Amino acid sequence: MKTLEQVKDELKNYDGKPIKIMEVCGTHTGSIFKNGIRSLLSPKIQLISGPGCPVCVTSSSYIDRLVELSRLEKHCVLTFGDMMKVKGSEYSLTEAKAIGGNVQILYSPLLAIQKAMDDQDTQYIFAAVGFETTTPIYALMMDEILNKNINNLKLLTSLKTIVPALTFICENEEGIDAFLSPGHVSAVIGSNAYQTLREQYKKPFVIAGFEGEHILAAVYEIVSQIKSGDCQVKNMYPSVVTEDGNYKAQKLVDQYFESTDDYWRGIGVIEGSALSLREQYRDYDAGSVGRIQEEKQPIGCRCTDVILGRIQPIECPLFKKVCSPLSAVGSCMVSSEGACGIWYKNI
Amino acid sequence: MNMCVAVPGKIIEINGDFAKVNIMNNITQVNIKLVSTKVGDYVLVHAGVVIEVMKKDMAEEIILMFSELQEDADEDARASKR
Repeated sequence: MKTLEQVKDELKNYDGKPIKIMEVCGTHTGSIFKNGIRSLLSPKIQLISGPGCPVCVTSSSYIDRLVELSRLEKHCVLTFGDMMKVKGSEYSLTEAKAIGGNVQILYSPLLAIQKAMDDQDTQYIFAAVGFETTTPIYALMMDEILNKNINNLKLLTSLKTIVPALTFICENEEGIDAFLSPGHVSAVIGSNAYQTLREQYKKPFVIAGFEGEHILAAVYEIVSQIKSGDCQVKNMYPSVVTEDGNYKAQKLVDQYFESTDDYWRGIGVIEGSALSLREQYRDYDAGSVGRIQEEKQPIGCRCTDVILGRIQPIECPLFKKVCSPLSAVGSCMVSSEGACGIWYKNI
Repeated sequence: MNMCVAVPGKIIEINGDFAKVNIMNNITQVNIKLVSTKVGDYVLVHAGVVIEVMKKDMAEEIILMFSELQEDADEDARASKR
């Protein structure tokens, strides 16, 4: 058995070719800081964040639509807390609330069901944002809406899928040698979801849990694969992730949602990178379809380069100067899962 | 109230599509419709819903993980000698 000390020793003294590993999940970014992983690695092993925070990649036109809906009479926008501070082209949801918009934070989309049943005079809209971890919960919500015949609850969707985003990065970004694949997204989609990427781009895709030991072992695995030249999909979070993922969840998602193109803030449109309600359920959509439009980044903001792993957040000229969690210029600073927000808190 | 965070908990009671789960000594009700589970199982809870049943004890998993790393290293060493 490899001991933790041996793993740490080998990673600290690694002197091969430089390796850049992209962690795709904000929770991994947080855990890397919490556990001091960078201090345990050779300078030749670089960890860099990717586009795995759904809040950070949600377009400003989507926020604009939520703001617009929140200000309509007898309308109420329901959302997860981390969406509140993301800027649209003019307002965030927090600001919309300050000027009279009706916005409420919920812990779970399923809590919206009771809310809609209790107040049938209000049209509720859930800000359905997330990756594959969260999408099954919106599918469950649709199940409840239909079973309970609820007519005053709709979804505004911005549901991203990770594999098309990774494909985009592999196609367009040079210098990323391997991916630390997201643990909880993988619990739903399964480790086999990365096989095509591995075959096409010949890079390691290693799924990791969120403990320090998980991440360290996954980095070690990536370095070993690169040294041996044998790049594989490796599941290092088997307590939660299986080869095929959560079939029940996938089936339910497929029942209500279909693949569509979507705009990623800071990146642009990625083909087939999102899910929207199927045609037969469009009555429950609050205007998600057809809102793709190109957007400009705020002047000086380098969120695009952060999301695509070209720079670390501290390399952005606005970082910790005019951009902070309380007054965020870019979306990566807003969410607690965003790379800039995590760096801000930890350095 | 973040959308990405999932936490482990232990099922202590099941009532139809719902279960009481002990998450770090907080008892909360969650939806279990996306999984097949039973009392005593450790589960991963995300936004009020169990998204997966955990198959192994986390400590056991970490031990297994480091054993596998040694096996991989041995295999690489053998391959480089060939």
